[in-house]
Amino acid sequence: MSTYLGMPSLPVHGTGNLHASESFPQAAHRELANTQLRANLGHATHTIRDKRIQVVSELPDWEQLRDAGSAIKESVMARLPELLEQFEKNFTARGGVIHWARDADEANGIVAGLIRETGETEAVKIKSMATQEIGLNEYLEEQGIAAYETDLAELIVQLDHDKPSHILVPAIHKNRTQVRDIFLREMEGVDRELTDEPARLAAAARAHLRRKFLTAKVAVSGANFALADSGTLAVVESEGNGRMCLTLPETLITVMGVEKLLPTWQDLEVFMQLLPRSSTGERMNPYTSLWTGVTEGDGPQNVHLVLLDNGRSAALADEMGRSALHCIRCSACMNVCPVYERTGGHAYGSTYPGPIGAILSPLMTGIQAEENNSLPYASSLCGACYDACPVKINIPDILVHLRSVDVDSKRGKKKIPTQMDIGMNAASWALSSGKRLGMLEKGLPLGRLAAGPDKKITKLPGIAAGWTQSRDIPAPPKQSFRDWWKKEHHAPGTAPAAAHDQEDQP
Amino acid sequence: MSAREEILERIRTALKDAPEVPVIPRGYRASSQLDEAELIELLVDRLIDYKARVCIVDTEDVPMKIAELLAEAGSYVVPAGLDADWLTGLELQQDSRRRLDSMTAPLSVAELDGIDAVVTGSAVAVAETGTIILDGSPNQGRRAITLVPDHHICVVEVADIAGILPEALRRIDGTRPLTMVSGPSATSDIELERVEGVHGPRTLDVIIAR
Repeated sequence: MSTYLGMPSLPVHGTGNLHASESFPQAAHRELANTQLRANLGHATHTIRDKRIQVVSELPDWEQLRDAGSAIKESVMARLPELLEQFEKNFTARGGVIHWARDADEANGIVAGLIRETGETEAVKIKSMATQEIGLNEYLEEQGIAAYETDLAELIVQLDHDKPSHILVPAIHKNRTQVRDIFLREMEGVDRELTDEPARLAAAARAHLRRKFLTAKVAVSGANFALADSGTLAVVESEGNGRMCLTLPETLITVMGVEKLLPTWQDLEVFMQLLPRSSTGERMNPYTSLWTGVTEGDGPQNVHLVLLDNGRSAALADEMGRSALHCIRCSACMNVCPVYERTGGHAYGSTYPGPIGAILSPLMTGIQAEENNSLPYASSLCGACYDACPVKINIPDILVHLRSVDVDSKRGKKKIPTQMDIGMNAASWALSSGKRLGMLEKGLPLGRLAAGPDKKITKLPGIAAGWTQSRDIPAPPKQSFRDWWKKEHHAPGTAPAAAHDQEDQP
Repeated sequence: MSAREEILERIRTALKDAPEVPVIPRGYRASSQLDEAELIELLVDRLIDYKARVCIVDTEDVPMKIAELLAEAGSYVVPAGLDADWLTGLELQQDSRRRLDSMTAPLSVAELDGIDAVVTGSAVAVAETGTIILDGSPNQGRRAITLVPDHHICVVEVADIAGILPEALRRIDGTRPLTMVSGPSATSDIELERVEGVHGPRTLDVIIAR
């Protein structure tokens, strides 16, 4: 950290697993070639999407819940410092200990230090986006501490030394046979006769993790919600691995982004209706645990919370983009996104993929970090994500805003104009005057010539090549609309020319 | 500057445009207006959908039903504050299979691991979502006892059934150690095929007592 006199300079961006290390189009190109991934993703996104629509349509007040959820989150952002202090006071009064982490490194250091204090070298873990974001498992491994993922999908990903591809179902890119092979290869003492039935595989995971749960002294978790007025934390899950981690160990360390707060207990009634239906398409998830500091005689007696900034304050500083922090990590936007559905999560590089990731990652890291400026373009702006979002984040608007931030960030940086600059300048020259455009349109026959006898242009030069990479351009018409209009309306009151070129005019 | 001060300062600076704090529009349903029969019907429908096993019995028949469900269990644990009536008038009264657990005399995790079943009451249930909320009261006990044994028998009294979540949460003290249970544990992590029973109790029996 630099030295500061008084106010810290803003914004301070996040670090960790928030970056696309190659540009989205490049990564997407590679991922699209993975047919297994595409088949699994297509199946998964469509299945969850249909289930979601079904359970959402059961609620007569879904839109009112969305309105409430959106306003609650907006109020949290506006009141964040006050609510954080209120939460801290309540959580601490109930025996919990709060730690503050400016960035990924600081958070990792705090967690490792807390585990070391217990004298343990192992911890069980609940699936958590925040700990993925800061790269906690890798850091702990370097420090000689083994962190065991206990969510089935995270376990599969961890055993395979892979990365999650979906925030809700992280191993969706693997099929059952691949999962069985991973278990046979990596799971100690597994039944060699293991079949690829999901029930058998889940049973194998249960047996594998049971001893870990029953003997673990330290658990690490994330949190879905934190209630400022009581100091309560909540974890929403399905398998019971969360309950195991939150209940049996002596020490519980939770890592949570500062934006996860809700002002009051009453607000939970809104979010516990919005989240399960949007996320897994269930009326309610199997298990939700809530704890307020330490309860004597029940659960961990040594309870910590690491409050993480890591670029959230930078996102908050963007007035147009700050509502991205309303995200409750349900993944509904991914399941409806035509881009995500095909490329999968890996193409986005960051821990946060899909439409929300395309705005959240660059907001947290700054648009210029690595290849994150390619993410806001990973969208057709169809708006399906906005419709699906339970807290009504206007993702398309923020995508467009970030595209302009990207363009502005490059202005005047380069001496030599790029192809895009030249193209845009030419377009600006041509489109600002009807005469100029009319003159350029005289060149249409050239395009027909280029298209050749099959009337298709299959390859454009330079950056325009991206357009013809997976589609042809039909040959341009013989005449422009302007010319046609002129001929049709050459003089008022006279009959229009009869001949329409059926081939070229719609 | 400490990390705390610095983060709070960063956030204050980020909010220097002083965004307006909106009024929360709470136009969503606050109650369900269902009568007792409708509440029971809805709750049963949702529990069955989650693959929980459900039965509806008169209050005086609860002990018999518990005994029946425990027939196969080699051992079971009950919280010290479990309604004494539920364990009377039956062979359960002097049952050597039974273990007691309380805050002051808790069983170890290893002991719980050797126990087949657990019998508890519940704080409140949500009909619309098929959710049972446990709040650690003496008739429900520590969270660990409803987690480690593989079979959970849970008694829900009709008066404790709320129609929708907002009604249920109004009846609960949020600062207690809470567990919301909606069916047995489940995963859909492999090809989205739902498998009931991962780490939590694989069998959930709900006795609705009216």
